[in-house]
Amino acid sequence: MSWPQEAKRVADGIRRRVTAFTLKNGGGYLSQACSSAEILATLYTRVMNLGPSVAPPVPPPFGGVPGKNPDYTTGAGYNGPHEPERDRFFISPVHYALVLYATLVETGRMAEEGLEMFNQDGGTVEMIGAEHSPGHELMAGSLGQALSQVIGIALGRRRKGETGRNFAFMSDGEFMIGQTWEAMETLSFYKLDSVIAYVDANGQSADGRIDEVMGIEPLKERLEAFGAVAVEVDGHDVEALAAAAETPHEGRPLVVVARTNPYCGVEVLSERAPRFHYIRFAGPEEKEALERFYVRKWGGRE
Amino acid sequence: MTLETQVHQKNLVKWAADKPEVVVFSADLTSSTEVRRFAETYPDRFYSFGMTEQNMMSAAGGMAREGFTPWVHTFAVFLYRRALDQVQMSVAYPNLRVRIVGFLPGITTPGGATHQAIEDVAIMRAVPNMTVLETGDAADVESVLDVAQGVDGPVYIRMLRGQIPRLFTTPMRLGRARRLRRGSDVTLFTAGITTEEAMRATQVLEQRGVSIEHLHVTTHKPFTDPAVLEAASRPKYGVITFENHTTVGGLGSEVAEVMAEHGVGKRLVRLGIPDTYAHGGSRPYLMRHYGLDALALVRAVEKLVGEDLNIGEDDLAAVRVEPVHGDFKAEAL
Repeated sequence: MSWPQEAKRVADGIRRRVTAFTLKNGGGYLSQACSSAEILATLYTRVMNLGPSVAPPVPPPFGGVPGKNPDYTTGAGYNGPHEPERDRFFISPVHYALVLYATLVETGRMAEEGLEMFNQDGGTVEMIGAEHSPGHELMAGSLGQALSQVIGIALGRRRKGETGRNFAFMSDGEFMIGQTWEAMETLSFYKLDSVIAYVDANGQSADGRIDEVMGIEPLKERLEAFGAVAVEVDGHDVEALAAAAETPHEGRPLVVVARTNPYCGVEVLSERAPRFHYIRFAGPEEKEALERFYVRKWGGRE
Repeated sequence: MTLETQVHQKNLVKWAADKPEVVVFSADLTSSTEVRRFAETYPDRFYSFGMTEQNMMSAAGGMAREGFTPWVHTFAVFLYRRALDQVQMSVAYPNLRVRIVGFLPGITTPGGATHQAIEDVAIMRAVPNMTVLETGDAADVESVLDVAQGVDGPVYIRMLRGQIPRLFTTPMRLGRARRLRRGSDVTLFTAGITTEEAMRATQVLEQRGVSIEHLHVTTHKPFTDPAVLEAASRPKYGVITFENHTTVGGLGSEVAEVMAEHGVGKRLVRLGIPDTYAHGGSRPYLMRHYGLDALALVRAVEKLVGEDLNIGEDDLAAVRVEPVHGDFKAEAL
């Protein structure tokens, strides 16, 4: 299978798994899977240089928080070992956790049983990811903090002479936040070209359409004004997403603004416009419509 | 007692010489937080973050994850007020080795309410994983570096700058108060700049026949020094806490918690900024206005022992404060 075919297969699997969970749980962050499936699939299958997972295929139960706690575990190992020449991956909008878990399953980094632990009490496969959750490394649920943490990591790696890149996955809603722009000016100031951010620009935030919540556009121009190299791509085009990472950006951070559709691949959701942030079925008809869509597209559910 | 200037400025450079893991973060207050000399001596280990305290705090967490120990310097208010969410989620939750150095505690600045850190101990003490330290003299300012660096987790330091007294001849120790005076009538706990004031007052009070047990607290959290309970249990009249902080959640509350949990049935008088914001002004004015000077302590002692001791400002001004040893040699005092 060629890499674009593989990336598309992973993206389709992400949507299928997240749709199934949304049906099973009676709700979920499904729209985020629709918009970001190709971004995460392309990053994991083509763009990032990650080693194989060093974490247990079935995630451990919650072992407590960091501190004086020998049972604490991090979710970072699912993205491979920390090695000087390897890339690192950091997810910022951690309500995309299920999308990331599905990505890990589709790319062979986590067992399917792990996904069954999603949102179960006492587990690490939480609804909003924490740093113990599979594929996560940072505490990012208070939006806008991850990119600054990545700055510290990138500066630290530079001090150690490491050559691996640092990928941040972000959402466009985070560009409402002052700290994001503080981070952007700092990335430019320190010429941190080891940092590459992929932004799922789905135009959605919790209240609905971002352009009715707060003004963040024109995002590409704003990013450029802050000293980043910014490229805008079709966020459902795996080849364009992969090519964007090759954009020359010596001495500057690279931001890929991936323009996406919040119901791509699960078109039945389009009737919900403009409310996509968390899919909660308005009534049995809506759930049945999604169920029918699922069967039509992917066959029967287990 | 000698007054010294720029103690941190000089000491940090020496201290960090053989510690390549130590990096300094600054938020456009490099001279004001006495790290200019560090920046000039080790430019490669100095990171300017400009006025981006939230970003700086999260970045400190990131760099700590890579094995370095960022020493984050700015005015305390911009750390625990402006960047509290970042302190909590980027640093404290992951239990990272970030040293948060907060300047201008309480009324040590004429900068007014925006610059005066009057409730920082209360807030930082409530943050899980956080160790909270406070400096009261030049010896504390110097030795707090080793104490903080020895903690495997985040540390908040209430730091002093500019002209500060040298009161002690021994280094501070984690979780151990310095015992400055043995006595049986009143037990007095002080921290930071109130200690020097108290040392003036206690000399005069002793002369007037009030026997005082005096402990200088440098570790607000963990607040587990057995000497605190022992000292709080013994006085004839009661316990006084005296702090450059509001009376809510700081030293007074720490001592109250220990006393209550151990059923110590003594009176407790909490002196400090009385649950109010302050305003701008000179330090002597602010200390008088908010009841943080030696005279305020004398009046509180008089009230507690139920006696007018006839002590005036002249009596206090005449006191000469001599440097003392820490608790190691308490018995010799």
